[in-house]
Amino acid sequence: MKILRNYLNKIKPNFEEGGKLSAFRSVFDGMETFLFVPNDTSKNGVNIHDAIDSKRIMSFVVIALLPALLVGMYNIGYQNALAAGTLETTTGLQMFLYGLLLMLPKIVVSYGVGLGIEFIVAQLKKEEIHEGFLVSGLLIPMVVPVGCPLWVLAIATAFSVIFAKEVFGGTGMNIVNVALIARAFIFFAYPSVISGDSVWVATEPVLGLGAAAPDGYTCATALQHVANGGEVLGAAGTALSPCDMMLGLMPGSIGETSVIAIAIGAIILLWSGVASWKTMFSVFVGGIAMSLLFQYTLPENPVAQAPFYTHLILGGFCFGAVFMATDPVTSARTETGKYIYGFGIGAMAILIRVLNPGYPEGMMLAILLMNVVAPFIDYCVVQSNVNARARRLIKKN
Amino acid sequence: MAELFSKKNNEALVTPLFKNNPVTIQVLGICSALAVTSKLAPAVVMGLSVTIIVAMSNVIISLIRKTIPNRIRIIIQLVVVAALVTMVSEVLKAFAYDVSVQLSVYIGLIITNCILMGRLEAFAMQNGPWASFLDGIGNGLGYAFILVILAFVRELFGSGTLFDIPVIPDWAYQAGYINNGLMLMAPMAFFLIACIIWVQRAKDKSLQEE
Repeated sequence: MKILRNYLNKIKPNFEEGGKLSAFRSVFDGMETFLFVPNDTSKNGVNIHDAIDSKRIMSFVVIALLPALLVGMYNIGYQNALAAGTLETTTGLQMFLYGLLLMLPKIVVSYGVGLGIEFIVAQLKKEEIHEGFLVSGLLIPMVVPVGCPLWVLAIATAFSVIFAKEVFGGTGMNIVNVALIARAFIFFAYPSVISGDSVWVATEPVLGLGAAAPDGYTCATALQHVANGGEVLGAAGTALSPCDMMLGLMPGSIGETSVIAIAIGAIILLWSGVASWKTMFSVFVGGIAMSLLFQYTLPENPVAQAPFYTHLILGGFCFGAVFMATDPVTSARTETGKYIYGFGIGAMAILIRVLNPGYPEGMMLAILLMNVVAPFIDYCVVQSNVNARARRLIKKN
Repeated sequence: MAELFSKKNNEALVTPLFKNNPVTIQVLGICSALAVTSKLAPAVVMGLSVTIIVAMSNVIISLIRKTIPNRIRIIIQLVVVAALVTMVSEVLKAFAYDVSVQLSVYIGLIITNCILMGRLEAFAMQNGPWASFLDGIGNGLGYAFILVILAFVRELFGSGTLFDIPVIPDWAYQAGYINNGLMLMAPMAFFLIACIIWVQRAKDKSLQEE
C-alpha cells in the first residue's frame, strides 16, 4: 500500500495544471481517490463527516452483485450444455469458463464506453470523475440476455450515460436508473435481441469451450412460458423444477435468474446499510398483494393464475427489487415514501406482466415509472408532514 | 428594388432559419415535427406545405390588417389559414395521393400549428405584405429545415432507407446490423430535437442563459 502511495505522490505533479499529462488530470484524480481516501474531503460548509463516501458505497454494491454475476456466468455455460445435450460430458468449471468468456466482453464494452464518456465529460467540465458508473457499468451487462450483440450494448450504454445521466448533471443527479435506461433502450430500439425465444441461451462454441446447439434451436424464458399458459420449460425442453428456479438454472437475463445469489447480495446490501430494507420489503409486499388480487379476479388469464411465489422467483423481480429499486439516487428519500415507492414498483410490475400480453416482464418499466414518480411521492410526504404540524400548532394555541 | 431587400426584410427572411428558428428556439410546431418525420418524403412535403401556407396567409392578413377589427382578428386569421390549408390538402390529394395518405390528419392540423398563428399575430399584423411574405418564407423554411434533418436521421437509422431507397448495404445486415426501432417512435424525435437545440446553444453564446 505504501509503495503505491509513494508512487502516486511521485507521478502526481505530471497531472497538475501545466504538467505534461494535465489532459489526463481527471483520470489520475479518479484513480487516486478510488484507491485512497482523499485528504481534502470537503472544502467548505460541511459539518458532518462520515467514514463512508460514495466510492465506498459503490464498492459495496459491486461486491453484493458478485454472487449473482458468478452464478449468471455458470448458468450461461449450463444452459448451453443443456441446449446442446452435452450436460454429461461438460464439467462445472468448463461451464463457468464458457460463461466467463461470453460475459467478459460485455463487461469490458460496458465499462469502456461508459467510463470513456465519463472521463471526457469530466475533462471538459474540469470536474472530478464521478464514480457512479462503477455500479451501472456492471449492472448493464447483467440485465441483458446472453445473445445481446456487443455493438448494441455499446450504443445502449452510450445513450443511457449521456441522456439519463450526464444531461442531468452526472452521478447523483439522474432521475431514472441508468442501467435500466440502457435496457429500456435496447428493449424499444432492438426488440429482437432482448425478447423472443432465440437470445436467452448461447448456442455457439467459443474458443473450444461450450458446444453448438442444434440448428434453429429456440428457448423462451420462464415468464414467456407462463404467459403462454403452458408448463415452464427449461433449455432442454423439460419442465423446470422449483429447485432450478431458486438456484437460477434457467434461461433469462444473465444476472437475474438466481434467487439465492440475489438473496446473498441483498444481505450484503442490508448489512452494510447501503440499501433500504423498507424499499426492498415493500416491493415484495406490492408484488404479492397484486398477484393475489389478480389470482381471484382474473380466472381466465394464465399469468394471473400462476401462484404468487412464481411471480417473485421468475424473471427480474428479485433482481429489480434488490439492486434497482433500492438505488438511493432514484428512489424515494422520505422514510414513508419508501414504502409507497416500493409497493408501487411491486404492484406495477405484476400489473404489466398480467395485463399486457406484449410484455412478459414488467419489472423494468415498473421501476422506471416509479423512478419518475418518486420526487412527487417525497413532495406529498413532506407536505402532509408540514400540514400535520401546522394543524397541531393551531390546536395548541 | 433596393427597398425590396432592405436590411429589415433580409432579417425577416434569414433569422428564422437559424438564429430564431421556430422549432429549436421558439419551440413551436413540435407536435407535427414529431409526427411526420419518420420518413423523409412526408417531412419534405409537410415542410413545403407549411412554408406555402405561412407565406400566403402572412401576405393576405398583412394586406387586410388595417381593416380587421381588433376583437375578431383571431377568427379572421383562422378563416384565412383554414381556407389555405384546405386548398393545399386538396392539391396534395390530387397530385401526391400516397404522401397525403401518409401525412393523414397532419395536413389538416396545420391550422393549429403555432408557427402560423404566431407569425400572423407577431409579424403580419404590423408589417407590409412584402416583408410579411419574406417572414413567412423564412419561418416556413426554418421549420422545414429542422423537419428534414430529423427525418433524415430517423429514416436512415430507423428504416435503413432515404426517400424509401435502401442505403444500408445488405452485407451490413448480414453482419448483424439491425435497424433501430426506437428511431421510428415519437420519443426519439424528442431526443433528436433536444440534440439539435443542444448543439445550437453550445455554438451560439448569445442563446445561453446565465
